[in-house]
Formats: sequence, C-alpha cells, structure tokens
Amino acid sequence: MKIAVCIKRVPDTEMRFTIAADGKSVDPTGLKYEMSTFDEYAVEVALRLNEQHGPGDVTVVGLGPDGVGEILRKALSMGVDRGVHLTAPEVPFDGRVVAGALAEALTGQGYDLILFGRNATDTGAGVVGAMTAGRLGLPCVTAVSHLEIANGRGTARRELEGATETVEFPLPAVLTIDEGIARGRIPSLKGIMAAKKKPIDTREASLGAPAIVVDRLAPPPDRPPGRIVGEGPDAVPELVALLRDEAKVL
Amino acid sequence: MAAIFAFAESRDGALRKVALETVTAARRAADATGGGEVHAMVLGGPGIADAAEALGRAGADVVFTVEDAALARYSPEVAAATAAAAIADGDYRAAFFPASAEGRDLAPRVAAALDRSLLADVTEFTFEGDDVVASHPAYAGKAVATLRLSGAPALLSVRPGAVTAVEAPRTPRVEARPPALAPAEARVVVTGLVARGAARLDLAEAPVVVAGGRGLRAAEHFGLVEALADAIGDAAVGATRAVTDDGWRDPADQIGQTGRVVSPDLYIAVGISGAIQHLAGMRSSRVIVAINRDKDAPIFKVADYGIVGDLFDVVPRLTEEIRKLRAG
Ligand SMILES: Cc1cc2nc3c(=O)[nH]c(=O)nc-3n(C[C@H](O)[C@H](O)[C@H](O)COP(=O)(O)OP(=O)(O)OC[C@H]3O[C@@H](n4cnc5c(N)ncnc54)[C@H](O)[C@@H]3O)c2cc1C
Ligand SMILES: Nc1ncnc2c1ncn2[C@@H]1O[C@H](COP(=O)(O)O)[C@@H](O)[C@H]1O
Repeated sequence: MKIAVCIKRVPDTEMRFTIAADGKSVDPTGLKYEMSTFDEYAVEVALRLNEQHGPGDVTVVGLGPDGVGEILRKALSMGVDRGVHLTAPEVPFDGRVVAGALAEALTGQGYDLILFGRNATDTGAGVVGAMTAGRLGLPCVTAVSHLEIANGRGTARRELEGATETVEFPLPAVLTIDEGIARGRIPSLKGIMAAKKKPIDTREASLGAPAIVVDRLAPPPDRPPGRIVGEGPDAVPELVALLRDEAKVL
Repeated sequence: MAAIFAFAESRDGALRKVALETVTAARRAADATGGGEVHAMVLGGPGIADAAEALGRAGADVVFTVEDAALARYSPEVAAATAAAAIADGDYRAAFFPASAEGRDLAPRVAAALDRSLLADVTEFTFEGDDVVASHPAYAGKAVATLRLSGAPALLSVRPGAVTAVEAPRTPRVEARPPALAPAEARVVVTGLVARGAARLDLAEAPVVVAGGRGLRAAEHFGLVEALADAIGDAAVGATRAVTDDGWRDPADQIGQTGRVVSPDLYIAVGISGAIQHLAGMRSSRVIVAINRDKDAPIFKVADYGIVGDLFDVVPRLTEEIRKLRAG
C-alpha cells in the first residue's frame, strides 16, 4: 500500500523547559526534540501494514523549521522510504492552517492511507488529522486503537469513555492513531545507515493566515499547597473527615 | 441577535453528562455576549427528542432534534454534516462541543466542513469584542496557552469537567430536523458499541476517579481499587500506563498524556509515582489525594491530601471508613 504519515517535531516531554522572553513561546535554548508519540505509533502502523500486506511505500511528511529533518530521518531509519519536509519558520498554533498546508502536499499522490497521531503531544488538541481529511474529501476515522485492512476496506476500533466502538470504512482514508495499537520500533544500525541514502524532498509550506494566535504561554496555575495528613492507616479517619468537611467531596 | 450553538452528546438514547456541561458553557457564552439564545442539537434514534426537556433545564432556548433509526449509534459524517449545516444556516456567535471521545472526533469534522478554525480542548473562555480568548493546557500540562480566535462563528470544544453543569431552566422550543446527510450515504459507519464494565460509571461521567499504579504489584490487587470505588459509589477506575502496559487493566482506563484526560471533583491516586505523563491527565482535578509509601514521590507535589504508607494497609481502611460514612 502507498501510505503517508504526518509527523510533528515536539519538545521532549521529559525535559524541563522555560518560556521565552516574549511570553508566548518555548525558549529553544538547550531544548531536545523528538517525534510526537502518537506519530511514532502511526509510523509503526504504516510499516507493519506493508510488512503484512506485501511491499508498499511509506512517506513521512513534517512541517516546521530546520530541525524537522532530524525526525524525518529518524522515521527513515525505522524503515520509511521517503520524506517530505514542508519548511516553515514555526508551526502555527492554528491547526486549520497546518491542515491546509499538509493537504496541499498530500493531494493527488494516490495514497491508500494517510496516517496522523491522535494529537500532537506538545500544543496539539487533535484537529489536524480530521481537518486534513476534510480538505482532501477523504473518509476519516479518529483515535484508532486497533486496525484491520482487507479488500480495500478497513475495520477500526476506538476506545470511548467506558465503551469500545467498531468502525468500518473504505480506502483511501485518513486515520488518526491512538495508544494501544503499536509502539514505535527502535531503529537498527542497518536502518540508520540506510536512512542516510533515502530522499527527503524539501519545499516551502504554503501557509494560510491563522485565525488563532497565542496571546500568552504560562506555567499552569499552582495548585494550592497540599499536605501530608499522616502515615499509615491511622491517618485514614482524619483524611475522610477532611474530604467530607473541608474539601466537601464525600 | 446572534445565538450560541451547543452540541448535546448522547449515547444509547440518553444524554451524556458532557451534554449538560456543553449547554451550560453555551449559556454562559450567551449571557456574556448580550443574552442571546442557546440552540442545542441532539441526534439519536427514535425517542431522543425526549432529551429536549433536560436540555431546556440546562439553559437551551431551542432544541433541534434529529431522530433517525440509523442514528441510534453515533454516525460521525452525518453528525458533522448536520451540525455544520445548522451552524451555517443560523446566525451564531459561537458553537460549543465537548472535548470528550465523541466530541474530539466530531468538532474538527464540523470545523473542516465550515472551513473554520477550532479552539480545541479548552478549560476556560471569555469573549472580548470580536475575539474569543481561551485556555488550552499544553506541553504535557507543563504550560497553559492562552489562545485568541477572531471572527464568528467561533468553534470551541470544552474539556469534560472544566465547566460544571448548572440549571438555567426554560421551556425550549423543539424543532425536528432531518439529517443533512442521508445515513445510508455515510462512508464511515459505526458497526458496534460495546460497554466495558457497565456496572460502573465511566471516566467521563464519574465525579470521582480512583486510579491505581504499579504499586499495586499485580492485576488481582486492583480489587482493592475497585472496592474503594464501590464504597464511594459514583466513582470510575483509572490506571497508569505502567499498569495498562502490563495488561492489568484495559488500555482505555489509562489516564495521562497518551491516555484520557480527566478533571473529576476527587482523584485518588493509589501506588502512583506521579510521572509527568501521568500528571498531564489528571492535574486539573479539583481535589487530589495520594497514597504512596514513598514520601518523596512526585505525586505528593500535586496532591491536596496525602497519606504516606503501604497501600495494602491504607486502602482497605479507607474503604471501610467510607463505607461507614455512607452507612451513617
Ligand atoms: C511517551 C510516553 C507516554 C506516556 N504516557 C503515559 C500516560 O498516558 N499515563 C501514564 O500514567 N504514564 C504514561 N507514561 C509512563 C510514565 O512515564 C510512568 O512510567 C508511569 O506513569 C508510571 O506508572 P506508576 O506510577 O504506576 O509506576 P511507578 O512509577 O513504578 O510508581 C509506582 C509507585 O508506587 C509506589 N508504591 C510501591 N509499592 C507501594 C505500596 N505497597 N504502597 C504504597 N505505594 C507503593 C512507589 O513508591 C511508586 O511511587 C508514558 C511514558 C512515555 C515515555
Ligand atoms: N507540523 C506538523 N507536521 C506534520 N504533521 C503534523 C504537524 N502538526 C500536526 N501534525 C499531525 O497532526 C496530528 C494531530 O496534531 P494536532 O491536531 O496539532 O494535535 C499530529 O499527531 C501529526 O500527525
């Protein structure tokens, strides 16, 4: 199958970070980056589908500044065939603008599947996948946690709160990938060597004007200081009294 | 005067708790922008129109009911087309969706159909002239972005639990609407919906979440967490990724950056260290209780109340005390 996967470069979740002097962005000094977690799952899903269904072709597409090349290269070392880097000085916060640029790069390429992450793990709220599908006029299934493809059709599972949904759809389609389906493989040494020779097509992203802008980026409001009620089971009666009388949650 | 649109989520013929939260959010928006009407839309199988009364009690002036046997289950394309058509046909200042599992699927589809931007997964919002200014937790909860969206209609999805449903009763005008896309034409079709552990409230509905971590040591010890949730009554059970990875719990129970985000009134963390990826899913809970034997565990930094101790001693005692409280 011919598959595209859209991958975003995000700051490493585990890293401490500081907010830049403009009060609107993350200070890039010393920041480490990685492929957004769900996007890594999506790359793995694409690779496994082709391992399972016979040879195919997987393209990764990343939009953003220079450093995006590194995560594209990582995907190539996992086994992806080619990359497309849509260059932009920064990734706009407005998912509609990102979707517009991705759709333009993805249209008319004959992909059987276009995969996204459920949401980007930095600023994302899970809109780019479905919006890109809308632009492309393709059927879309979001937050897929299990997937089977046969005879030009797919069956996916989605985890809702307290229930599991089964969804059927025709190919070509856009899917966004959730936790539970696959974790990204670690690139082998051979994969890393091979990746150096794989093509990355670099061109400027065509970004429309955003309707959403960032006013402020700030640390979350501090939670009121908590307290240790006590040690061991003897502290339980006091905890229950506090939850009932002070916090009023029991 | 411009009105506010609210999408009322239902499942199995009944409104979800987030439906009332969404109408409350819309009511608040209407009152903040000059007191226009709130128009709620509910889709479902035959009988779903009965939900109109509850939506009126929550503050809807008009309820659009879209009843069709084929809509007994969520149909993403039909719901998106029908909501988008209603928003496009009316004069709306804003449209509200829940950022629940269904709402996260629906809202971006509607935004795509209308070719408008979406403020997704917001926890707070205000209207400033032509703009909506909203908070969106980002970077695994390590920062909050304040975002500004200009123009109307403004599309927003609101994090479950971020707005508490309050009554603003009125008798709504009820208007039956046909689906804007014939259900038979939908390409994406939901063919099954299976509830897990139907006896218990789920993570989006429950005002209390009791979550267990690797400190429980084995799947069978989750019985302690279940018993505590049962004693509390209206509680759901959650888990860390360490636990779902080991197969002790269903992946759908996972709370955190790669799981669900919850904001219950009370969150009880049992044997959970408090990794950043876990905190991303629960730090906006109203009251957090942690039980951990390591007094330096990071979970205590976000907890309002903590007990340092062995969970195998503390949790059964807590269950017992809460049972006593409930009985007395
Ligand atoms: C990309 C990525 C995404 C992730 N997403 C998520 C996510 O969505 N959700 C999530 O939860 N994690 C996520 N994680 C994993 C996260 O980093 C932690 O590994 C995980 O949350 C730890 O789970 P835990 O607290 O159950 O286990 P541990 O960190 O092992 O903590 C167990 C705790 O139990 C305590 N304990 C042990 N025995 C007892 C006892 N008898 N009595 C009392 N206390 C006891 C210990 O002191 C310890 O604090 C993610 C990680 C990565 C890399
Ligand atoms: N800058 C980007 N470049 C490539 N893909 C992206 C980008 N931003 C978002 N995506 C894709 O869209 C998904 C959802 O992003 P979001 O809507 O921002 O949460 C991500 O998991 C990626 O698959």
